[in-house]
Amino acid sequence: MSHTPFIWAAYTVGTVVLLWCALAPLLRKKSAFRDIRRLIQIEERSGDSNP
Amino acid sequence: MNTQIGIKDKPRKNALVMFIHKLGSPPWFYDFSGKLIPWCWLIFGVLTVWGLYLGLVKAPADYLQGESFRIMYIHVPSAWMSMLIYTSMAVMGFIALVWRIRIMEVLAMSSAPVGAAFTLIALATGSLWGRPTWGTYWVWDARLTSELVLLFLYLGVMGLYSAIDEPRKAARAACLLALVGAVNLPIIHYSVKWWNTLHQGSSISLTGGSNIDPSMLWPLLIMAIAVKFYYAANLLTRARVRLLEQDLRKGWVQNVVREQKP
Repeated sequence: MSHTPFIWAAYTVGTVVLLWCALAPLLRKKSAFRDIRRLIQIEERSGDSNP
Repeated sequence: MNTQIGIKDKPRKNALVMFIHKLGSPPWFYDFSGKLIPWCWLIFGVLTVWGLYLGLVKAPADYLQGESFRIMYIHVPSAWMSMLIYTSMAVMGFIALVWRIRIMEVLAMSSAPVGAAFTLIALATGSLWGRPTWGTYWVWDARLTSELVLLFLYLGVMGLYSAIDEPRKAARAACLLALVGAVNLPIIHYSVKWWNTLHQGSSISLTGGSNIDPSMLWPLLIMAIAVKFYYAANLLTRARVRLLEQDLRKGWVQNVVREQKP
């Protein structure tokens, strides 16, 4: 039995999981930044309308 | 004379105390960790390339296992990390529960997904190594089963944290679960000694000699150090995002966003 496919599969699984694990918080950060920007805009608008 | 010593010692002591106090401050932690993260990624990248080159290209094939032993360079560091991260999560959870330090709650909860990822890799790569070596992908062996329980514990901590709306209450409940689950760690470690398992015993020992050739051992140690930097970079990134999400109405977070500091 050739061992090569098992080695490739192991490193592929490792790479995919580690990549996903590294990218997930970056996507969450992007979404958090978007939410905070929206919140700032709402607060600024409500501040303008209530002098 | 004594007064001079006292004067000399005081600033040094204060610097350490100040550092610990600063670490507990979310804005300072956000800034400080932001500077560390790129270095952690850089060291992880360099060590991984070096370790994999030595392990996959330079190291000779094993006389018994053939080429499949090369799976060890991802399997063993991941398995070690799965236990190390759980230990650090339990310690941080303990500190968070006893001293109510919020940054520790955040760090403990940010550790769980990284630990779960390493546990998943350890299980999957172990299974892929088991097929050509043992002739099966899975057996209900004590080491494999206790490692699977570890994955469920990580998922349990993450699930419990997500199930409670108030973040601090959620973190305290999940930290408690993490602490209780720490009982599984010695079971994983000693499972190969306590029970007659298909999984082999340790080939590397910190106290005694390692029965593995240096040409195979060094890449493994390099990879083991590399994944620690991955954990550091990933943990700090996750902790920063969690702080942003929790403090989104606070001035420091809004300043960070206004200044576009990613």
